[in-house]
Amino acid sequence: MYDKKELEQIRKQKEEWEKKCYTPLIDKHPERKKRFENLSNNEIKQLYTPDDISHLEYLKDIGFPGNYPFLRGIHATMHRGKLWTMRQFAGFGSAEETNQRYKYLLSHGETGLSVAFDYPTLYGYDTDHPMSRGEFGKCGVAISSLKDMEILFQGIPIDKITTSMTINGPAAIVWAFYIANAENRGIQKDIIGGTIQNDILKEYIAQKSYIFPPEPSMRLIIDTFEYGSQYVPRWNTISISGYHIREAGSTAVQELAFTVGDGVEYVKWAIKRGLSVDEFAPRLSFFFNAHNDFFEEIAKYRAARRIWAKEMKKLGAKKERSMLMRFHTQTAGCSLTAQQPEINIVRVTMQALAAILGGTQSLHTNSMDEALALPSEKAVRIALRTQQIIAEESGVTDTIDPVGGSYYIEWLTDEMEEQTYRYWERVEKLGGVLAAIEKGFYQREIAAASYKYQKEIDEHKRIIVGVNDYNTDETIDIPLLAMDEKGEERQIKRLNKLKKERNNQKVQRNLEALRTIAEGSSNMMPAILDCVHSYATLGETCQVLRDVFGEYEEQAIY
Amino acid sequence: MVERKIRVLVAKPGLDGHDRGAKIVARALRDAGMEVIYTGLHQTAEMIVEAAIQEDVDVVGLSLLSGAHMTLFVDVAKLLKKNGLDEVLIIGGGIIPVEDVPKLQKEGIAAVFGPGTPTEKIVEYIIKNVKR
Repeated sequence: MYDKKELEQIRKQKEEWEKKCYTPLIDKHPERKKRFENLSNNEIKQLYTPDDISHLEYLKDIGFPGNYPFLRGIHATMHRGKLWTMRQFAGFGSAEETNQRYKYLLSHGETGLSVAFDYPTLYGYDTDHPMSRGEFGKCGVAISSLKDMEILFQGIPIDKITTSMTINGPAAIVWAFYIANAENRGIQKDIIGGTIQNDILKEYIAQKSYIFPPEPSMRLIIDTFEYGSQYVPRWNTISISGYHIREAGSTAVQELAFTVGDGVEYVKWAIKRGLSVDEFAPRLSFFFNAHNDFFEEIAKYRAARRIWAKEMKKLGAKKERSMLMRFHTQTAGCSLTAQQPEINIVRVTMQALAAILGGTQSLHTNSMDEALALPSEKAVRIALRTQQIIAEESGVTDTIDPVGGSYYIEWLTDEMEEQTYRYWERVEKLGGVLAAIEKGFYQREIAAASYKYQKEIDEHKRIIVGVNDYNTDETIDIPLLAMDEKGEERQIKRLNKLKKERNNQKVQRNLEALRTIAEGSSNMMPAILDCVHSYATLGETCQVLRDVFGEYEEQAIY
Repeated sequence: MVERKIRVLVAKPGLDGHDRGAKIVARALRDAGMEVIYTGLHQTAEMIVEAAIQEDVDVVGLSLLSGAHMTLFVDVAKLLKKNGLDEVLIIGGGIIPVEDVPKLQKEGIAAVFGPGTPTEKIVEYIIKNVKR
């Protein structure tokens, strides 16, 4: 990016600066640490100059927002044109309670919905299944049938607002609940917009809410790609997620490498099915974490966009729409402290700022009390206000990619890209993504990184304010969310009533039809939709697939 | 005579897949010289107690983020007692609201370690409180 002569001069003067200014100073006053490193344990230098990014070519490697390789953003106007969607992940108790929370969030300026499901729902069990014991509504809302979905969105304009649903193993079925609910309300499939997470690879790698073995899981996912691109064109049929990989303890580089690598894997499977890249790729979306190391996070998002654009081109994408990476971000839940919970507001602010400077399309900001329990209404409102303050008051949205061109940021972006490709080579050597999962490669990498991080904290090599330094002994005093104790009872009553009142012959017929399709190789979505339309429950529908596909069990590695 | 190592079963009851904490604790206890058995995910109370019997453990460590601890931790504690394993030290960790801690202690979960606990604190606690 610089001419040779100028670079030569910069190099020379930097050497001189080190010799005359820097070294004498640190001889007298040593720096605070012997080695400065980021959260991926990469060494960070004291200063970056044009010399560190001299190999980059502006037009080829950096370019313009809305143009390949999309390093500076996916739109020509970015946040000047449209702010990111403020989308708070929410769900608890019964559909009634969560419906109220959604209305509350929307009334406070939230611009998109994001559904958290409870554990039974995530595993495709109804509330009355023995494995659901103790879990009803705890980590999200319980949705056992189309009936619950109807209640969840009662009075919410799903033709206008988009909804993201964090659901993976039974994603196709829960998506069918959403589609069926829209159809019953007279809203056509091609109108509704939203996202299903539907990313099973990261479940095996990190989040562990898997049901079926990899092969049939991948088939279900490609079925949703195919069905979505034909009938639900405004829906993102997958959100390829690094968030959970990071929460499980990975570094930023691992999050980047494993997630974008998973993305490439899905594309390969879809191509193998015979789908055309430019038909399904525009509906692929991503989901990243926003952790504590401010610049590293920004560089991560930028690198992700550039890698994705390059890889999609290699995979045969012709449309730009197929090459640009749209992503949602959530601030790092694992960075929240139970100690002095109020200070989490500050952490979340910085993490959110990194995501915004990194060009996110959508953002969830965590509530201060989430290391203690589900967030209270007030805590959620403050988290949402944090986004609104950044959007309206800080001025960071006034120009596109304001950190672009920083010697440090551009160097780090490039470095993270390099390290990603090195990880991919290792995965390739193991036989690809599925083989690497089966061999426990990702799981071991993440467990090692998370243990290292914990040791650094235990040994005071890394300071976490309020945890291993700057402690207080004040008692924690924040209001916690109280849940309706009658919720579970109501839910089970509703299930029993449903099973009595629906046309059970039709349900059985539809479930059997799904079984036949599952045993074959056709797309399962139409049969799943028939099941849910006849009010077959999540558990019943999922059980058919469990019977046909079996269940996955992992080798526990620590 | 060689002293027998403290034997710990680290277990993940229920459907919750958040295993970061359990794995860190398992590794830290192993590094501290204990014999650690990690059950893996999705364990019922029956499976955990069965493993505790089979492995003849001194300590059962339960980890849960999902919020189902009042049911699932208590299930395990009751079943351990029912099987005569009164001597086994039960500890828990995860996202546990402060107000639930005394209730869990009443049910036999001797100590609860929340987020931010240094691993050495858990090691020390076990060494001090293990009954054998």
